[in-house]
Amino acid sequence: MSTTNTTEVINPSVHHDLAELKPEISDLGLKRPDHSKNVLIDWLTTVDHKKIGLMYGAMALFFLLVGGLEALIIRTQLAVPENDLISAQRYNQLFTMHGTTMIFLAIMPLNAAFFNFMVPLQIGARDVAFPRINAFSLWAFVAGALVINFGWLLQALEMFGLFSASGATAGKNDFVPAMGWFGYAPITSTEFTGAGTDFWIMGLQILGVASLSASLNFIVTIINMRAPGMKMMRLPVFTWMTLIVSLLIIFAFPAITVALIQLMFDRVFGTNFFSVAGGGQPILWQHLFWIFGHPEVYILVLPAMGIVSEVLPTFSRKPLFGYAIVVFSGAVIGFLGFAVWSHHMFTTGLGKIATAAFSLLTMAIAVPTGVKIFNWVGTLWGGKIRFHAPMIFAIGFVWMFMLGGFSGIMHSSAPADAQQQDSYFVIAHFHYVAIGGILLAIISGIYYWLPKMIGKMWQGSLNIWVGILTVVGLNITFFPMHFLGLLGQPRRTHTYLSGFGWESYNMVCTIGSYILALGVLLLVVDIIRCFRSKQLAGDDPWDARTLEWATSSPPKVYNFAATPVINARDAYWAHKYGPENRKLGTVEESHGIHMPSQSWMPLIASAGFIPLGLGLSMMQAGVPYMGYVSILGLVIIALGISLWALEGPGGYHLHPKKETN
Amino acid sequence: MSQTESHDDGHHGLMVKNKKLLMWLFLGSDCMFFGTLISTHLIYRKLYPEEFDPTQLFSLELTSFSTFILLMSSFLMALSVSAMHKGEMKSFRRNVVGVIFFGLIFLGCQVYEFAHFIHEGLTLDLGTFGSTFYLMTGTHGVHVAVGVFWLISMLFYSQSGKMEAHKNAIDVEIAGLYWHFVDIVWIVIFTVVYLIEFIV
Repeated sequence: MSTTNTTEVINPSVHHDLAELKPEISDLGLKRPDHSKNVLIDWLTTVDHKKIGLMYGAMALFFLLVGGLEALIIRTQLAVPENDLISAQRYNQLFTMHGTTMIFLAIMPLNAAFFNFMVPLQIGARDVAFPRINAFSLWAFVAGALVINFGWLLQALEMFGLFSASGATAGKNDFVPAMGWFGYAPITSTEFTGAGTDFWIMGLQILGVASLSASLNFIVTIINMRAPGMKMMRLPVFTWMTLIVSLLIIFAFPAITVALIQLMFDRVFGTNFFSVAGGGQPILWQHLFWIFGHPEVYILVLPAMGIVSEVLPTFSRKPLFGYAIVVFSGAVIGFLGFAVWSHHMFTTGLGKIATAAFSLLTMAIAVPTGVKIFNWVGTLWGGKIRFHAPMIFAIGFVWMFMLGGFSGIMHSSAPADAQQQDSYFVIAHFHYVAIGGILLAIISGIYYWLPKMIGKMWQGSLNIWVGILTVVGLNITFFPMHFLGLLGQPRRTHTYLSGFGWESYNMVCTIGSYILALGVLLLVVDIIRCFRSKQLAGDDPWDARTLEWATSSPPKVYNFAATPVINARDAYWAHKYGPENRKLGTVEESHGIHMPSQSWMPLIASAGFIPLGLGLSMMQAGVPYMGYVSILGLVIIALGISLWALEGPGGYHLHPKKETN
Repeated sequence: MSQTESHDDGHHGLMVKNKKLLMWLFLGSDCMFFGTLISTHLIYRKLYPEEFDPTQLFSLELTSFSTFILLMSSFLMALSVSAMHKGEMKSFRRNVVGVIFFGLIFLGCQVYEFAHFIHEGLTLDLGTFGSTFYLMTGTHGVHVAVGVFWLISMLFYSQSGKMEAHKNAIDVEIAGLYWHFVDIVWIVIFTVVYLIEFIV
């Protein structure tokens, strides 16, 4: 520990507020932005995992609404045959941005919000291993979201005749990505799509940096920062799933990173990775994309399984049935996730052996997933079940996710998949998984953890309406799509003719989507009401089991006044109801709590991604001087990282009163 | 530094420091990165064996020389790490200068090679071979350049006198991990991209 960089409080027996501490000078000779009275500076420079988690959550909820709005426009367009509400081009842009937004800007950051807020608390740590890298991940995510959505502005200018593409993509005025979220070659070549594809490439690349740096951070945190006694097999299941997901991210994302670089080279420098004229093979993109894309599916769903594995035991007042097998099943799902990518490509002609192998492996994934379902049911079995809001959504998850799983097993059979490929059956399948599974689990997590995050308790019974409207809405929207798919309606088509028997199903789907949207809107209303609630949550409103409930709500900046010593799985439950030798202990710390200093550098370094991404993309649309802007972005990134390294981590000591634990 | 150490206090983890674990994980991720680039090259090479004959162009003498230089730079890197652990700043600086110098020689060879290849007609947009070859070796070159930049900053930092063995040995060690990794990747590329072409 460096002693020169710490602000020691003189008398450790007296409690000191943050306000009494003065910011120190960094190694660069600049004042660190610690203990700022200015709220904006405090949040922009924060390295506190709890504030970062809240910001992730707020951004992600915003993009959930944006993606939902895009979906509503899509459904309105499809309500009746031969509708001309929006053009085919706009429709392509909307489904592309709906998918991209929901996956990368809504679900992943919502999961990241819980990772950030809960994982350090669940393992008894003061913060993540690298607090500044954590802030960098957040701001890089914001930069990527901005770059990927920037095309909407140019598109609006184009609609008023104020902007049109020249240069490399002259004549192609699609500035919002329009080639689908998996961006199949060769649609992504400059021959077919405009600068929208470049915004998509750069945006995803930046989001990839954010995800990678966050995942590296979480793996180190979970492995190295556990409180004494928190053995791996005592970790809460949510933390376990965070670890597995982070490992999936660091091994799956490089494939898409390379594929995106290759695509960028094809578009900017005329290489031939995917261009057929020069010998490139579009199928290579599909392989590289799905080598990332299938693990990505588990990156999205495993945290949801983790949340449910926390909520069900709490509200059944029983330990999770078969903890070890649930954890190992999660690991097996993650591992097998790398071996099934080609089931997205059964119709491309892989050959019999490959098709059979991928088909078999895909079926094999149903086994650990089924094991988890049975364990959740086993947890409920004989429990003292309390139907609070988190429990309602968790049970909804088990049921709805199972339906999505069933149609997934149908897809694993290659001949059946050949019939369902690119039809609405596939849409039905993955929306049952994404909304019925992941979103319901995330809502469960919001109802479960928000009182811990902000210290206030939910009020009223709006949550019941959220539950009814989302579950009913999603079933009305997506169940008829199974039939639509089997009747042959193709996905990604902006309209359809009457007379195929699709009309009434489509109308029902559209009505359902509005019901679902109303449910999500009420959720937002309920969240706002919770923030304005006068009723305090208390430390442990649900009589819960894991360590995050042992500290105050909201947790103090240092999380735990004294580092806890863990003597059982479900550590806090054992502390409350277990025998003496299973209760929580504390580590005696005489030197106070070491807190990391806040910093501008993560924000500056990741702000450089904005000119880099926008510059390269707009250069493709023929905007002058944009090449220099992107170089400026690189310079800002390099400068931010260098100053970051030179300023030193710093830090100060806090001496909280003992009874605040 | 202080932050990682104090966060480690009494905690229950691997006996690997946070920073070092982070670097190992990053390198694991980077394996997948280079794996994708190299396999793209090999897939197209197998698909179009007649597209381009690199044996006429590759100069095994030059590339063997630069490979040897890079290997020797790894040796010097190991010496710098060891010197830092012992707190021998002078020896550390001498060896790091060597690593930087050898890294620059390697980069110079690559620049020369690229210029020569382009002059001989192997351009970036020449079929799939030009695309995969330049992106793969270029990405490796960028890794070397980042490493050189990192070591130069470390050298300057050590001049300021703020560098201490007990505090910064781990920083040198993780830079070393990175450097060795980039070296190993080159050995793979040298084998499966250059040498293999001359076997058949």
